[in-house]
Amino acid sequence: MYTITAASALAENVYEAWISAPHVSRHAEAGQFLVLRIDETGERIPLTISGVDGDLVRIIFMTVGTTTRKLAALKKGDTILDVVGPLGQPTEVKRYGTCVLVGGGVGIACLPIIAKALKTAGNTVIGIIGARNKDLLILEDEMQSVCDELIITTDDGSYGIKGFAAGPLKEICETRPPDAVWVIGPAIMMKVTSGVTKPFGIRTFVSLNPIMVDGTGMCGSCRVVVGGETRFACVDGPEFDAHEVNFDLLMSRQRFYTDEEKESAAHHTGGCGCGGHH
Amino acid sequence: MSDRPADLRVHDFEEVDSGIPAEEAIAEAARCLQCKKPACVDGCPVGIDIPGFIRCIEDGDFRSAIGIIKESNMLPAVCGRVCPQEVQCEGECILGVKDKPIAIGSLERFLADWERENGIEIPELAEKRSERIAVVGSGPAGLTAAAELARNGFSVTIFEAFHEPGGVLTYGIPEFRLPKEVVQAEISEVKRLGVEIRTNYLVGRSLPVEELLSYDAIILATGAGLPAFMGIPGENQIGVYSANEFLTRVNLLHADAFPHHDTPVKKGRSVVVIGGGNVAMDAARVAKRMGADVTLVYRRRREDMPARLVEAHHAEEEGIRFLCCTNPTRILGEGTVTGVEVVSMDMCELDDSGRPSAKPIPGSEYIIPADVVIEAIGQSPNPLLIRMIEGLVREKKGNLLVDESGKTTVPKIYAAGDVATGAATVILAMGAAKTAADAVCRMLTEE
Repeated sequence: MYTITAASALAENVYEAWISAPHVSRHAEAGQFLVLRIDETGERIPLTISGVDGDLVRIIFMTVGTTTRKLAALKKGDTILDVVGPLGQPTEVKRYGTCVLVGGGVGIACLPIIAKALKTAGNTVIGIIGARNKDLLILEDEMQSVCDELIITTDDGSYGIKGFAAGPLKEICETRPPDAVWVIGPAIMMKVTSGVTKPFGIRTFVSLNPIMVDGTGMCGSCRVVVGGETRFACVDGPEFDAHEVNFDLLMSRQRFYTDEEKESAAHHTGGCGCGGHH
Repeated sequence: MSDRPADLRVHDFEEVDSGIPAEEAIAEAARCLQCKKPACVDGCPVGIDIPGFIRCIEDGDFRSAIGIIKESNMLPAVCGRVCPQEVQCEGECILGVKDKPIAIGSLERFLADWERENGIEIPELAEKRSERIAVVGSGPAGLTAAAELARNGFSVTIFEAFHEPGGVLTYGIPEFRLPKEVVQAEISEVKRLGVEIRTNYLVGRSLPVEELLSYDAIILATGAGLPAFMGIPGENQIGVYSANEFLTRVNLLHADAFPHHDTPVKKGRSVVVIGGGNVAMDAARVAKRMGADVTLVYRRRREDMPARLVEAHHAEEEGIRFLCCTNPTRILGEGTVTGVEVVSMDMCELDDSGRPSAKPIPGSEYIIPADVVIEAIGQSPNPLLIRMIEGLVREKKGNLLVDESGKTTVPKIYAAGDVATGAATVILAMGAAKTAADAVCRMLTEE
């Protein structure tokens, strides 16, 4: 049993929780994830480790399915049955020079821990964080404190620069090309945004988030195609060379259980899950 | 053996074979010739005194009988159910030449089940010692090694990456072949010997290698968990599973009870399973129980299947269609599986394994409609931890290089089970684990 020591809402449908899990927190490095199972009937889901403090690990998640909804309902003092980690290969941290970290939506959650590690390794770190609107933007203060420069975008222009994060990224590539770029967010955002750096030949990483079960390389649920080869995101990744990733396959496989997700939602909320369309 | 009728059992996950009653066990035991040089013992990878325990059954002394088994085997309820007895003890039984061999597996299982109902006696432990031993993995090899070492007085910790111990006994072998209650009972027995089991611990990550190396001895029993894929077009589509994933979702996470349990699985209307081993049979029979029409595709002949005879027999009884001498060439669909293209195979000269090698017959391709495809074509050792420990040598198929005692190329690290042999049977893993535990014991006591 792993105790939640703090839990709060960061934005609409986006939540933060700190969990006491020393076996994970003490060895976690930037870019790694954990797998948790809330209770006896729960499923195992992977979540990025978005912060570490002594024996505590932080997760930030959006409510998209049954497990994240259950997770969002947990409060300080509640427990999670199983937490395993840290999993996956850590971010390749070294001295690149200037690094740009781009986060979209809840993907921003992955950035501070990577930014800190890159900063410590002697890099200049520029952050670009984007959200649909001002209310959905998370971790601005934290990113401000770990980045040398922070650019904010919102799709509707309610805060920062209007438009997608790809805009300022392109401008940076044109005016002062960085040495390495990370793009983390929804698959479609990673596909589009990492496309920006390709013509400039800038090394770009994405953190892939396919469906997983064990997270230790034994089921193959998380297989992705990178550079034409099938890889397991849980042990070979989650970070890969953005310009080699087959994002369309990733997006297709993320929809593996669309029907079942509706059925599960209906089961847990008591409705039929159709939103009244019967 | 007393199997529940096939038409009944395909609708549930309860055990297929409901075991034999005491009278039947005693009658079966009475058939034993009590050979002076018992060939059955030679056929047993852990060397159980088989005539010894059979004599006790004949006398009605079940307590002594199970005691004899447990001198050599801590998991009799498991082995009685999943060992390929036909190629081990029973295959060597002299009675088998003219008649049926003694049903040694059924007798072993009978005793283990009898003991579970009548109270398990914990063997005497040696005096407590100060040395700490780490066992990585809680499958049959890990449990066996841990039990042996605990009996010898060592302080033993098992590290398990999953949330439940048991390894393949828990995530791989389905309930109807090996009830989880039986597995849990045998695991609790290992715990009662003083073994600590830490779940949710991925060694190399949750326990860094430096900390692992601080133990006085280490036994790697991480199994063969890395699933192989065929590498044919279309296999990353929705609806294609490794058998590992499909079975883990159902056996460990109860996806058969979705949405009451949160883990989903595609149950499929028409399921194609690729492979001819026990894992393929398990996957096919699980799919059948969830309501699918199941076809099993195997590239060689029926008689070449590596599965236990009884599993293939049970699968056929349950209505699984076997397509032998048939091999998939690609998986069809536009993102989601719609079928499998297969080709007929011609059997040629024998290969290294003594089985005929199979060659595709050009132009014989045809399509089997399917909405779920499960690949059960083998597993190899998970390289994750092995790569992190400097000095370990891996062989061609990723197996760890060990000597006859299970010693690896790194001092005080031993390996046992599938990680050293490649995917094999529960009992071979246990045999190797006993050997490695004995070697560790000698290393630590003779220093």
